[in-house]
Amino acid sequence: MSALTHTEPRGTRAWLLSDHPTSRRQARLGQSYRTWLALRGNWLAMVGLAIVLALVLVAIFAPWLAPYNPILGQDLNTARLLPPLSPGHLLGTDDLARDILSRLIYGTRLTLMVVALVAVIATPIGLLVGTTAGYFGGWVDTVLMRFTDVVLAFPRLILALAFVAALGPGIENAIIAIAITSWPPYARLARAETLTIRDSDFIAATRLQGASSVRIIWKHVVPLCMSSVIVRVTLDMAGIILTAAGLGFLGLGAQPPQPEWGAMIAGGRRFLIDQWWVATMPGIAIFIVSLGFNLLGDGLRDVLDPKGRK
Amino acid sequence: MTGTEMSEKTMTDTVLSVENLEVTFRAGLEEVRAVRGVSFTVGRGESYGIVGESGSGKSTVLRAICGLAPTSGGRIVLDGAPIPAPRDAAFYRRVQMVFQDPYASLHPRHTIDSVLSEPLAIQGFDRREERIEQALEEVGLGKGFRFRYPHQLSGGQRQRVAVARALILEPEVILLDEPTSALDASIQAEVLNLLDRLRAERGLTYILVSHDLAVVSHMCERLLVMQHGQAVEELTRGALRARQAQTDYTKTLLKASEGYSAEVPA
Amino acid sequence: MSLLSVENLRVTYPTRQGPSEVVRGVSFNLGRERLGIVGESGSGKSQTGRAILGLTPAPGLATADRLEFDGIDLRQADARQWRSLRGRRMSMVMQDPKFSLNPVMPVGKQLMETLRTHGAPRSEAKNRALEMLEAVQIRDPERVFRAYPHELSGGMGQRAMIAMMLVSAPDLLIADEPTSALDVTIQIEVLRILDKLVSERGMGLIFISHDLRLVSSFCDRVLVMYAGQVVEELQASDLHNARHPYTQGLLNCLPKIDGDQRPLPTLNRDEAWTK
Repeated sequence: MSALTHTEPRGTRAWLLSDHPTSRRQARLGQSYRTWLALRGNWLAMVGLAIVLALVLVAIFAPWLAPYNPILGQDLNTARLLPPLSPGHLLGTDDLARDILSRLIYGTRLTLMVVALVAVIATPIGLLVGTTAGYFGGWVDTVLMRFTDVVLAFPRLILALAFVAALGPGIENAIIAIAITSWPPYARLARAETLTIRDSDFIAATRLQGASSVRIIWKHVVPLCMSSVIVRVTLDMAGIILTAAGLGFLGLGAQPPQPEWGAMIAGGRRFLIDQWWVATMPGIAIFIVSLGFNLLGDGLRDVLDPKGRK
Repeated sequence: MTGTEMSEKTMTDTVLSVENLEVTFRAGLEEVRAVRGVSFTVGRGESYGIVGESGSGKSTVLRAICGLAPTSGGRIVLDGAPIPAPRDAAFYRRVQMVFQDPYASLHPRHTIDSVLSEPLAIQGFDRREERIEQALEEVGLGKGFRFRYPHQLSGGQRQRVAVARALILEPEVILLDEPTSALDASIQAEVLNLLDRLRAERGLTYILVSHDLAVVSHMCERLLVMQHGQAVEELTRGALRARQAQTDYTKTLLKASEGYSAEVPA
Repeated sequence: MSLLSVENLRVTYPTRQGPSEVVRGVSFNLGRERLGIVGESGSGKSQTGRAILGLTPAPGLATADRLEFDGIDLRQADARQWRSLRGRRMSMVMQDPKFSLNPVMPVGKQLMETLRTHGAPRSEAKNRALEMLEAVQIRDPERVFRAYPHELSGGMGQRAMIAMMLVSAPDLLIADEPTSALDVTIQIEVLRILDKLVSERGMGLIFISHDLRLVSSFCDRVLVMYAGQVVEELQASDLHNARHPYTQGLLNCLPKIDGDQRPLPTLNRDEAWTK
């Protein structure tokens, strides 16, 4: 006990890194803290994390950050297609005299919504299908994985296009379409991980305590597949953002006048030669956010993926 | 108390018997008969050893008893009643197992606390906190280990946790699958002593599988030698010590366990 | 003259808490004999073996006051010199042959490749390879010759590994737990092959193992390592006269077929041993 009071200035840190945690909470927090320490050592991952955090913050504080209304334009006679660094319009304006910076700032909300909803829908489906197929094997595996293969066989954008065409254009339908097309890789990954875990002694030991299959999958298999799936999802985020932007570009995602980045590029396409900034600015935004997710995903893989660590 | 005299007298009280056990694995068209007609009985409070080399089917016998390997023939009887397939929860309250590799038998992301509380939750035991602390105390780890993760423990400590996990459901029979072969010699001694003490204190029945004749001789009153899935012969500890092996194979094993000798005289 | 002399060998790994020494000043001389290095996991015995072959994995660093093999100063050896030494004059057998054999090449081809780099023509190489497989007591050399490593059992794989060693006929063989993954009966056969290599070809053998009993029955001399240091050096036949409490403890804590000591004596580690 005296040792604890002795290191008071670094008390929290010592408490977190203690090899003798005295409560469930301390053990769990300590484990997370160690992961954080490992992640912090990777500066590229920290850059990625900073970008992703910035995206979240900008989305939350959009009304305060954006200098203009993203949907209502300025005076069409004086403020149309202003170049970047014009007074009052840092990134210029588009053909409807709307401030591009403001539209980009509000666009983060759409981007974040797409990313979050796809992750929330696709990850559980992938995990559930993959772990179930992997754990039970046999005909369950065959049926589930052949179904996964069927979904996987369609090019993602084409399948999403078909869904949106059937459901009608709009950002919600685009999200559903992307989510439905993006779970198969997670299912395959989770299945592969499950196959390596399934026959291990600690699963056998749990079975010998009378645990049901559902319990084993949920409490023992899923947590171990989780990290590699999280890594994969993070790395896929860039692709998801691009697909959403692609659908927006094709006019099947977000509908005008919503400030969706892909739709913005589509809108600026007509002026690409003379007013390059209209299409380029959202392009740069997509690029930066995609890069952020990729860097973060790479860093997370180094920290979380058990295979990479040993 | 040494178990030698005790069990040789009270052989009549059989707790587990295996009759003509057959285990066949199928991989595609190939069939592997891992266990071919093995029979033995284990008395209450006895420690019974199964010795053999890799591929002899000794571990498969254990896995068949607890339902991890499919039986294709024969019977396994626990306390006079054939055990149900698939095994039910009540069976696992009476029979538990300790695995060979302490690095593989603990979930890497679960604390010792959740490793030990899970069986209690599954089986609906009360006084969980108390039981967990008691189990840790009994295997010589103490409360300080309760919230650690497996990677914070040494191999010997992990194996103690595995023993605690097997004990916490208060079973009568514990199946030990090479419990010390992945450990250093000095740690092996500690774990063997622990297993010995627990058996004496709780009147447990052990079935211990090992490739090491010395370990089996130390731990078990009787042993079965297996080769190629078949039982070669059954010996008492006394017979083993007197080198009264009947079959050539057991004699070879005995000879080999003495260490290296330059050349077999022709 | 000794085949290998090692003086004050140290292996250091950098860690977050500063450098950590896993081998701390090991010295010994090896003639054309069987030298056993015994210790528990983490004693630095394997690191010692690897350091001699210059195989300390990065970021580890091996240093020594003297590291001489047959008059060659290994500390100064460059990549070319190492290539000409490793495999030809000094070799290593590891615990698991699956990690040491190329998994996508049949065993026979790997044997032939070694022979061909030594300049044997193709047809002769094949005959020699088959001879080698026979020499390590493989009953069906033709089959093993064509087999991929994963198709072999542990004992077969280990023997194939030793056949690879035989092909190059090294002067020094470092065997790191070569028989730990094998059954006792096969273990004895493999040891017999190694024994023959020492007695007939005059090879020097460093036999690294955790099994004190096995080492003492097989080797001429035994080094007992604890926490990176050699705590005791003994003639194998003198093992029962061991003086160091660690060696004694290691010997005593083994269960014996005939002994009925209960509880088994356990090893009480003493801080002073690591000084």
